[in-house]
Formats: sequence, C-alpha cells, structure tokens
Amino acid sequence: MRFYEFEAKKLLARHRVPLPGGGTAETPADTRRLAQELGGPVVLKSQVLTGGRMKAGGVRFADSPREAEREAAAILALEIGGQMPRCLLVESKAAVRREYYAGVTYDALAKLPVIIFSDMGGIDIEEVAREHPEHVAKVHFSTLLPVSDYKAKELVRSLGVGGGELTALTTIVTRLARAFVEYDLTLAEINPLGQLEDGSFVALDCHIDMEDEARERHAAVLEKLGISKDEPRQARPPTDFELRGAQVDAVDHRGVAGRVVEFDGDLGLVIGAGGGSLTIFDAIRKHGGRPANYCEIGGNPSVRKAAELTKLILSKPGVDKIAVLMNVVSNTRVDIVARGVVKGVVESGFDPAEKIAIFRIPGAWEEEGFKILRKYGVEYCDRGVSMSEAARRAVEKTKASV
Amino acid sequence: MSILVDGSTTFIIQGITGREAVNMTRECLDYGSKVVGGVTPGRGGRDVYGVPVYDTVREITSQMHVDGAVLAVPPAFVRDAALEALDNGIKLLVIVTERIPRGEVAQVLEYARLQGARVIGPNCLGIISPGKSKMGGIGGPAEDTRKAYRPGPVGVMSRSGGMTTEISNALTAAGLGESTAISIGGDAIIGSTYAELMPLFEADPETKAIVIYSEPGGPMEAQLAEYVQRNGSRLPVVAFMAGRFMDAMPGMRFGHAGTIVEGRQDTAAEKIRRLTEAGISVAEEISDIPKLVKERLGEVA
Amino acid sequence: MGMFIRVDLDPKVAAQADLAKKLAEVCPVNIFEQSADGGARVVPENEDECVLCELCVQAAPPRGVRVVKLYDEGSSLERLE
Repeated sequence: MRFYEFEAKKLLARHRVPLPGGGTAETPADTRRLAQELGGPVVLKSQVLTGGRMKAGGVRFADSPREAEREAAAILALEIGGQMPRCLLVESKAAVRREYYAGVTYDALAKLPVIIFSDMGGIDIEEVAREHPEHVAKVHFSTLLPVSDYKAKELVRSLGVGGGELTALTTIVTRLARAFVEYDLTLAEINPLGQLEDGSFVALDCHIDMEDEARERHAAVLEKLGISKDEPRQARPPTDFELRGAQVDAVDHRGVAGRVVEFDGDLGLVIGAGGGSLTIFDAIRKHGGRPANYCEIGGNPSVRKAAELTKLILSKPGVDKIAVLMNVVSNTRVDIVARGVVKGVVESGFDPAEKIAIFRIPGAWEEEGFKILRKYGVEYCDRGVSMSEAARRAVEKTKASV
Repeated sequence: MSILVDGSTTFIIQGITGREAVNMTRECLDYGSKVVGGVTPGRGGRDVYGVPVYDTVREITSQMHVDGAVLAVPPAFVRDAALEALDNGIKLLVIVTERIPRGEVAQVLEYARLQGARVIGPNCLGIISPGKSKMGGIGGPAEDTRKAYRPGPVGVMSRSGGMTTEISNALTAAGLGESTAISIGGDAIIGSTYAELMPLFEADPETKAIVIYSEPGGPMEAQLAEYVQRNGSRLPVVAFMAGRFMDAMPGMRFGHAGTIVEGRQDTAAEKIRRLTEAGISVAEEISDIPKLVKERLGEVA
Repeated sequence: MGMFIRVDLDPKVAAQADLAKKLAEVCPVNIFEQSADGGARVVPENEDECVLCELCVQAAPPRGVRVVKLYDEGSSLERLE
C-alpha cells in the first residue's frame, strides 16, 4: 500500500526524521493561509499516488501567499496519471546545498532488508546505479537483531562522507531503517535527502509503501494518518466495479471470489486465483479476445459468493458472455463453482447455455460439476483440453455472437 | 530418486486441526505420506484420521526423528510455529500459509539459515515426489493427484501452486512424468528459489530436465538464468512465463503477492529475454512444454 | 428448496430437540437450524451451499434426512438402515 507523501512524512516524523516545515491544504484559500503562516517562499506539491509529478506540473513554487493561492488552484485542477490530487502539501522552500538519497527495501535474493545510500540524490536511483555505480552503496542488515547505527555509518562512510555530515546522515539513515522495520514497510525512500545552506539535513521528498498484509496490525497508526481500513491503494484508485468486487469478496469468509480489476472488453471472466488467472488472461488476449475484467476465485468459495461475482460481471455494460476457466483444481471444487456460476447467470435473467461461452475447470469433484453443466446445456471441457484452447473457443463464441 | 522428499520422509503438520489442514492430512495419508504427528496447542490427545495430535513439537521430536514440518497455521502464528520446528531440529519446513508480512518471512528464513534448515514457501502447496510421498496439499485428493502426477524424469518448480499441477498434468499426459515437483511459493520473498533448488536436481540421477513456471515481478528468473549460464548445468530447462499482459501495468498486483512489475528488470518481456539468452527454452503455451522437453532431452541423448 | 439441492427432513426427526441440535452442529454450511420450539428447520437459502459431506445423513436415524441432487435426475444421498 502506497502512502501519499504527506502521510509518509507524518510517519517519518514519528521517528524524528527531520522534515521541512509545512502542512496540507485542500483549497487555494487554505494554501494562502498556510503560506502566510510559513512566511517566505513555498513549494506546493500535488498529492497523488504516482511518480512524475514534477514533469506533469504538479510541483510549483510561489514567492508570496497570493501567488501560492493562484498556483494552488492550478494544481488542484490538474489530473496526473489519471488521478486528481487528494490535497496539496505546502512546505517552506529552502536553499539546498547538496542532495543525497537514502532508501530501504527487501532484497529478494539475499532475503534480507537492504539500505541503499547515494551522494547523488534527486534523480531515479536505478539510473544512478547504472550510470554512476561508484556513487551508490548498499548494506544488508539482520532481521533478528535491532538495527545498529554502525551499519548506516559504514555505508555512508564508504562514499567518503566524514565529519559532522557523517554523524547527521548516520542518524537519519538508521531512523529510516528502524521505521522500515517497525511499520512492516516494503519501501522507505528519502529522495532527495537535502543538505541546506546551514548544513542541516531535511527529507525533501519521500516514498513509502507498507505491506498490504501488515495493514491490520498497524491499524492504530493508519487511523492517525487518516487511512481507513478498507481503502484499497493500488497504483491507481479503484473503480466502482472494483469496489463492488471487494464487497462480493466480503460476503462471507469462505474462499476468495472478487478482487476484480476492470478492463473495457466484452468477455467477462470468472477465473481462478494466482498463476492460473495470469495464464488465462494472456491466452484470451493472445487469441484476440477482449477481457471485461480480471478476477480471482479460489480457496473454495461459497456458492453464494461465486454467484454474486458472476452477477457483478454480467451487470457490467458491454459484457456479452462469460468464460469460466481455471487450471486443474485441487482445493476449489468444480461442482461448487458450477453451481455458483449457473445460479448467478439465472438470477441475472439469462440462459446459462447462452451466456456461458465455456466452462473449463478440471479437478476436484469434476464429475459432479459436469452433471450440473450438462443439465443446463453449458459447454464444458475436462483436462484433455488445454487452458489456451478453452480460451480460444470462448473468444470465438463471443466474436460469433456479435 | 527424487529430491527433498521420498517414501521414507517423516513429517508433522503444525495446525493440523484447522479446516484445510484436516483435508490436507487425509490427502497426504491417502497418497502414502508418512505423517507422524500433528500439533495444535490445546488440542493434544486427539487424533486426525489416526494421526496423533500434540500440544508441542517437542513431544513428537523427543520420541522419534522427524524430517519435516508442514506449517498450516494462520499468518499471525507462522513465525512462532517455524521457530518451534527449527529449535526442535526439524530441517525441512513447508510453509503453506499466505499473507505473512515479509519482515517475518525474512526472520524465519534468517533463523533457518543459522540452523542449516531448508524452507519451501510461504504461500505454496508443497512438494511431491510422485509415487513416493507428498508433503502439503499439492495435487489435492490422492485420486486426483495420481491423475496429474506420475514418476518420471522432469523436475518441476513453480511460483503457482495450481499451475504446478496443470503443468505436471500436461507432462504426465505426454508420457513424461516428474521426479519431484515443487510449488515454491508466490510471495516476494521465499525460502527456496529456482536457482537454489537447482543443485539438488543436478545431484539427482533420475532428473533429466527441468520445467519452471514463472511470473513477472522479482529477480528469481534472472538468478536462474545466471546460475544456468555460470554453472553449465547438465539439465535442459524449459520455462513458461505467465502474466505477459502485466508489462503495460506497472505497480498493479495480480495473482500473487510477489507478482507486480516494479522495475524494468521484472517485466515478462525482460525475463523471457534473460532466460532465452541463458539457453532456456521459453514455451508459448503450456501444451508446448512436453514437446520442448522431449526435444531438449533428445539433444542431451 | 434450492436450485441444485433439496434437503428433506422427516417430520418425526425434525421434532426432536436433541437431533435438531446435532444437525445444526454437524452441517458445515448451516443448512439446519434449531427453531424456537426446539425442533429442526431447513434453511432454504443455504441448501445450495451443501457440500455433499453426508454428515447430516449419518447424524440422523435411517431415512431421517435425504439430500436430493436436483441436477442429477433427483438422485439422492440417504441412509436406508
């Protein structure tokens, strides 16, 4: 789950990472008031969950409160990467002498957290690593012991930083690493970490991602930041259709059915969770099909849940047929999914034989499932037909009916 | 032969009285696995399909040698269950549970390394050496498992539990069969990557080829490519790459927790390029896999 | 009655409070509930959730509970003795 910059900064403030003075504003008038309070030149930053704000015109500077008000109106009306800003972050603009980079993430191969530090901040760290590898240093740290300052000290020192700067940076990097561990973050990045004219350091911009799985255990902190329990935070805000999918999944605790992502095609998909769904989605596209959605169903959901998901997908404008496709299942039951899908189609007022382009789920309880499909005249296939071939048939049928 | 598990492997199931674990126990027993005990705190003295349930791991390991443990406990209890198994000398952990924060996964893996133990998962369906034993829910009911898996020369590793069975089923239908198939887990950080399991397959005379199922996200495919190139592996490798559609959708998570495109290196297209460069055959379709394996086996012979 | 499953409960069995309690307990998908008078009642909206585990059939006396598969020409799960 990605944090807005203003939330990320509040989180870092809890670990005493130094930040510029400022606050958030939701209107141009608010912005003017804040700029007045801060005094002097300010920077205004659009709060969206995406990068590239500067390029898009989402970050602007103002020398007076009146200018701040005018610029705020422009930024608040500006869509960036399909998102309208949540609010503006208004901060004092300070002259920066030098920019550093500090980040913490997991290294999936070492299976340990890693701190990355660079004395070339302000640009994409991957680019620095490629172009100027001698300006990037990394160190792994143990998850079994408390984070030690010396790890950060060695790291910063390895790029030639000494004196008071070494001491100050060691403290900030260590605090960043501790925040990373404490809040189950998957990325904690300060870029740029600016050194001001007076020699002090501040986190000018930061990017923080929290593990979705850990949201519940940090509920108290998230509430303080104003992030509600059911607010999904993917790379883009969810559509209404996607929110309704999440509601379907919450019908009961059995299995998963929902977690949909919306696309604009005409073939509705009821597909299994995990790798099978990726394989099927690729196959549909390869055969020229246009999926209306991605979804996940698995872990043996209730008949009701599978039926509600089917109804949701059929309710989407432009959906002509649905394809029910999964890999060979071992836990999810073929007959339960068959009941759910057929029920959903009937409750939507359609004929299953007509609406279900194809049903390909081999595996547990398949004999019982196939009996249901035969009774309702639905075309189905067993493990002798590949996932890709079943997808091809579904696409063909959808095209034929248009 | 096979790797990790065979007919003599003994294991316990932690969290054995849970709804899914009860099923898994029955499926393993029906397949012929040696499930020697189960652990659920507060339920000691009961049994699940004849498997005695204890309150602690120690009550079992103090009586007999135990090779492995399947962890099927809720996410909040995984770290504790793993440490309990490791401290009692168990050297092979299969973590079935999903949705464990990666900080805790990293702790378990770091401690397991200190103890010289191997971890498969989390978020996996386990290991099967067809005709010998299975450790975990892989393949489902014994009858279904026998349909999809037969003994043979192919080692299978997959980031998707369901696709482990789908791919093995295709190999079996083509008359090939599997030496050992491993659902390695769908999380960003897992106990054993493809490259880390390769040396075990290399050392197994029965394994003649490898098939992997892979997805966008993470550096594990690049690590395998590097391993194959650097070590001049004797085993031909065939890969299937799912989730090609995701390349155009950075930051969106599909399928597994670890399946998300975060940088240039972890797109499907880039992975296919790296694998191909290393001499790994990348299959367009699942149904092409058996043919490619046979071709590659022909080259070796 | 569901679309796929119908559960028939013998009125004599339904009237027994101890059996009603047992049926409500064994069914993993809550097809049975104990009504205010202590007797058992089938919950129609849950019938289609039946997983064919036969635990209710085993818990009741012979011919007490019958699970009918409406999609399979009315074939059923029941205990005759």
